[in-house]
Amino acid sequence: MAGRVQRTGTGASVLLALPGLFWLVTFFLLPLLFVLYASFQTRGAGGLPVPPTTLEHYERTFDVFWPVIWRTLYFSGLTTLVCLLLGFPVAFFISTRKSARARQLLLFLILLPFWTNFLVRTYALQTILGREGPLNALLLNLGVIQAPLTMLNTPFAVMLGLVYGFVPFMVLPVYASVERLDKRLLEASSDLGANDWHTFWRVVLPLTLPGIVAGSMLVFIPAIGAFVTPDLLGGTRGLMIGNLIQSQFRGRGNIPLGSAISVVLMVVVLLGLLVYTRFGERRD
Amino acid sequence: MKVALSLFTALLLSAALAQGELRLYNWTGYTSQELLQKFEAETGIRVSLDTYDSNETLLAKLKSGATGYDIVVPSHNFVQIFVSEGLLEPIHASEMANYSNIDERWRNPDWDPGNVYTVPWQWGTTSFAVDTALYDGDIDTYEVLFNPPEVFRGRIGMFDSWDEVLPMALRYTGSEICTTDPEAFRRALEVLEAQEPYVKVYTSEGILENMIAGETAMNTYWNGATMRVRAERPTVRYAYPVEGVSGWMDNLALARGAPNKEAALTFINWFLEPENAALQSNFARYANAVSGAEAFMDEPLRTAPEIVPPEGANIIFSPTCPEEYIRLADRVWTRLKQ
Repeated sequence: MAGRVQRTGTGASVLLALPGLFWLVTFFLLPLLFVLYASFQTRGAGGLPVPPTTLEHYERTFDVFWPVIWRTLYFSGLTTLVCLLLGFPVAFFISTRKSARARQLLLFLILLPFWTNFLVRTYALQTILGREGPLNALLLNLGVIQAPLTMLNTPFAVMLGLVYGFVPFMVLPVYASVERLDKRLLEASSDLGANDWHTFWRVVLPLTLPGIVAGSMLVFIPAIGAFVTPDLLGGTRGLMIGNLIQSQFRGRGNIPLGSAISVVLMVVVLLGLLVYTRFGERRD
Repeated sequence: MKVALSLFTALLLSAALAQGELRLYNWTGYTSQELLQKFEAETGIRVSLDTYDSNETLLAKLKSGATGYDIVVPSHNFVQIFVSEGLLEPIHASEMANYSNIDERWRNPDWDPGNVYTVPWQWGTTSFAVDTALYDGDIDTYEVLFNPPEVFRGRIGMFDSWDEVLPMALRYTGSEICTTDPEAFRRALEVLEAQEPYVKVYTSEGILENMIAGETAMNTYWNGATMRVRAERPTVRYAYPVEGVSGWMDNLALARGAPNKEAALTFINWFLEPENAALQSNFARYANAVSGAEAFMDEPLRTAPEIVPPEGANIIFSPTCPEEYIRLADRVWTRLKQ
């Protein structure tokens, strides 16, 4: 009887999983397979993939696009680091508020930007950082600068845009980790003679590491594929791999080449995830 | 059963209505709603509009099969690609009642001899605009764009598209537009790399805002759009380089398998009335190819230096370039951008 119940349960769960499975296969796996297929095709009229099969696009990806790939990894890594340096203290500050209402309010403020479309927020940054924008106007009026600063279309603007866009993704998982932290351990550490610095490195950091790693992944992976921010805020040397892929899929593009770059990017991200899961397993 | 029957009836009714509905597929922000309303009022044919952002998007959409579109608007240098791919149906424009309204110079164009597949919609040029408050020298040469005065350091905006930038660099270095000579591309790349310290941004978006806000003082741009910049920043001027200006013409065409062929042909012929062509030009701020339309166009449009090229302006409508040109151009561009 128990066996039959077990089997029925399995059958029911398979049945329940079917719609989700269908959705994933149709809108995730099949497009993914198309991208993989297209990456081995030749560029036809209008940049569309046509036979015969070729490895040219992969050769070109590794030949020409390494500077872009490195720049992307650099920007994404730096964004993750800055988000962590900003996000950890914020998350810690929120979690140590005594009042639940204060914590909720602060978390609400962290999430508030999500109420506005990301593109609109990026355009807002474009206006703020502009030559005749409010930031330059303020600095000029205060006499801090004599001529407008060039802030827009610079690597600084790209970094600012990425950090601004992704910092909440770091704060929330870190907050969840810090929230679960047994505060008595901090007292115990202090009682055993450890200073704040020691306590942070030996107690807080190891125990909140899962949140840090999760937050880092939530920032790093989307930052790798970002194209709106570098497109609107970047200058002549702000090209990231996301822009490269986007440009191949529109205008006088090259869909097979764009697909090949996408596959390479996917492999890079998967390797990152593999490291993350292995790291997580080792910690467990 | 009743519900099923009423649903079936509704479906049949909507299908019948769709038969009388013209489906226009045009570039984004490029169709006068007033024009469509006027057409609906005069003919009783309803029009639904869908938009795209590039010729390639249009090509991909039509190649994917039955899209249900009736009229599409490919650019002149893509017409032959669409025809060779069998994506357009002949309209034999020369047999239309209003064909004689098309200006003599726009009849029988290189890209569609005999106007078998297309009629002109809007035409314009691609060059660059300069804020003369910063520089009052001669701007009618690519020299000022590719070997800019120091005042433009970090103040130049370039299109993020080799399709528009490379022809300029090739002309400047004395090469043919559809060249497949790698040496010509090497020279063009050298010019673009030398120009780069003066370039603030490569983008095809937000140029209007950048120029109005003074972020860029020189920017590659289209003629009609430059007119909109000048309305906000009167010191901006549109250049007509002696080396040659890229001309473009967007054309009305009939998509293969168009479900409402008669309605589409009615619209195409109707558009060739001067008053109707003018209505579209007043909206988009680009010239049309219909004789007598000037009389119905807004006053600024009739005299605007961006719309009315100076006498002797060297406007070149590039042909459909071979695949080898595209391959070389793409490589040069990615080399520059990396």
